[in-house]
Amino acid sequence: MEVEKKEEKKPKRRVKMKEQDPRERARNFMEVPYGYSPEEAVEEASRCLNCKRPTCVAYCPVEVEIPEFLRLIKEGKFLEAAYKVKEKNALPAVCGRVCPQEIQCESGCILGKKAEPVGIGNLERFVADYEAAMGEIKIPEKPKSTGRKVAVIGSGPGGLTCAADLIKSGHEVTMFEALHKPGGVLIYGIPEFRLPKVIVEREVEYIKKLGVGLVLNAVIGKLFTVDELLNNHGYDACFICIGAGLPMFMGIPGENLNGIYSANEFLTRANLMKAYLFPEYDTPIKRGKKVAVFGGGNVAVDTARVALRLGAEKVYLIYRRSEAEMPARKAEVHHAHEEGIEFVLLTNPTRFIEDGKGNVCGIECIKMELGEPDESGRRSPIPIKGSEFQIEIDIGIPALGTRANPLLTKTMPDLALNKRGYIIAEEATGMTSKPGVFAGGDIVTGAATVILAMGAGRKAAKAINECFKWKYWDFKS
Amino acid sequence: MFKILKKRELSDVVTLFEIDAKDIARKAQPGNFFVLRIHEQGERIPLTIADFDKERGTLTTVFQKVGKTTYHLGTLKEGDFILDVIGPLGIPSHIENLGKVICVGGGVGIAPIYPITRALKEVGNYIISIIGARTQNLLFWEDKMRKISDELIITTDDGSYGRKAVVTIPLDELLQQEKDVKLVVAIGPTIMMKFVCKTTEKYNVKTIVSLNSIMVDATGICGACRIEVGGETKFACVDGPEFDGHKVAFDLLMARQRMYLDEEKIAMDRYIDIKK
Repeated sequence: MEVEKKEEKKPKRRVKMKEQDPRERARNFMEVPYGYSPEEAVEEASRCLNCKRPTCVAYCPVEVEIPEFLRLIKEGKFLEAAYKVKEKNALPAVCGRVCPQEIQCESGCILGKKAEPVGIGNLERFVADYEAAMGEIKIPEKPKSTGRKVAVIGSGPGGLTCAADLIKSGHEVTMFEALHKPGGVLIYGIPEFRLPKVIVEREVEYIKKLGVGLVLNAVIGKLFTVDELLNNHGYDACFICIGAGLPMFMGIPGENLNGIYSANEFLTRANLMKAYLFPEYDTPIKRGKKVAVFGGGNVAVDTARVALRLGAEKVYLIYRRSEAEMPARKAEVHHAHEEGIEFVLLTNPTRFIEDGKGNVCGIECIKMELGEPDESGRRSPIPIKGSEFQIEIDIGIPALGTRANPLLTKTMPDLALNKRGYIIAEEATGMTSKPGVFAGGDIVTGAATVILAMGAGRKAAKAINECFKWKYWDFKS
Repeated sequence: MFKILKKRELSDVVTLFEIDAKDIARKAQPGNFFVLRIHEQGERIPLTIADFDKERGTLTTVFQKVGKTTYHLGTLKEGDFILDVIGPLGIPSHIENLGKVICVGGGVGIAPIYPITRALKEVGNYIISIIGARTQNLLFWEDKMRKISDELIITTDDGSYGRKAVVTIPLDELLQQEKDVKLVVAIGPTIMMKFVCKTTEKYNVKTIVSLNSIMVDATGICGACRIEVGGETKFACVDGPEFDGHKVAFDLLMARQRMYLDEEKIAMDRYIDIKK
């Protein structure tokens, strides 16, 4: 009897989400996890302990009322659960899939101390998908117009969130997107198998249904400047959320050889331009046999998995620290292992080798060891003398992050930037040095996550609302 | 959707479009380029802005049919629509009265050199233009270039029109005679720009070239267009497309332009098959 009691007290294991077989999925672009069934969702939500003082919410950058929506799932009220999430998060189907839950909401879950935390991300995805499958997308009633107009520059996660919040407050909102499709990094960056594009399209449709205007192919700074939007187009405020931009290269010999892509280019060709469907789609992409990706973040892992799906025989993920230091989402690192990506850790490339015809044919690397922690708190890698070795490759892809894109900021001499060219904006409000102009996301923080950009979009929307109330600057209209 | 208002065949392989693009035309400046995508499965390709009319809101582009997308583009007619037109992109040309300037346009490069030459003329420069092509029927805009040039030299490789020479021959002679040339601007095939720069280097005359590397987004996201200028990696889309020609690694650029030759052939063959 006693034994049985003990077993009852032990928290149940998390309901595992069913996934495509790794061998199969490594050759297709279909989504990896299938999602929960309603029964699985109820079972998983029932693991929630209903803490009196829930700590999960505090770890969510957009403060989704997690215990509330979990309770609604437990009661089988899936649509209501979806609406509850959407009160705070305009993009639940996206966040359920791409948020680093292990360092956010789920890291705050008490269950995590003894066993696995509640699968909050999985459940968020479930309710969003359920709502879409039911075809009962609720459009909140349009509030009374305030007569104020806001331009949102960039239709990535930050822009979409800010636009959704502002339109709910009764302002007129237009999003300007430089590319031919809305969604920003959700479209050009994150691959289909991790975030199906129909989901992004669905979320963008929702935001358009709320009444947000969308202008595609509009490169702000070139087509219109921010001053023109504010002074001639009647916008009272502007939120800049244009992402980080220019991919960084390593500065090692041979990095401009044919066959060397930035991760941004490789992913943009594959995702935005659908080069994996070439020649049905016109944009080509080199399908390497032996591919090396350099870096340890989400972009690096995504890129490696795309290369595999394009038919590579061998994909190396080369990272200068050890796996523990990899900033990528843990679930995706796990998926990459399962799919057969070879992790070459504590290794740094030193030069690319040319085949004599302008193409890359190999890479020279050096082994690294971990030294003292640097200012980021991570142990910094130090090259081991004389440990150089070569790997044969035909495609090399640095995924080393980005630097600030000057295209827009260069046209705004009155906007304060930091030394590295990022916009200086107040963290709590997104306010910049220029009245009426707010900014957030990667163009402020440098490369970060979808949810942090969304958090910045939310804060800016709130601040814009407040400023409108208090007439913080002279409105032009 | 952007309407094609006017179409002219300048030769068998060179086509002119005037496109209804009010907002882009209003902002266009000499040296800018734009990107287009014809249809939903299409690729994004950069094209030069050959002229613009701010009043009428039109962009003029001249393109050579070299691959699937440009061949397809060439089949579009007046009144047809182009799905996406994005621009104006790139840093505009620096226009200043320097005194004497030589403008060199080779082949389809005559089109983008035109608005730059005109702007340089308008601010008071003395303009000597050299336009060249492989053969007479590939030559266009002689009249337009003559109007904005103080002197105009025409060359063809085969001697079918003008002088039988490549553009660098009269350029070299000019630089020998005229000691007060302050600037050379050259746009054309990469190999031509390379040899223009080799020529002007001898005389130490500043030379600006406009590079046509492969691009995808053309706003700085991807880096497909990267080139080396003075040993540094630069992006033609946001840092250019104009650069100091004496610092450009032309051989690398030419290698990068050939990166997709196999794929271009596959796409073209498939396109011809479908057309049949």
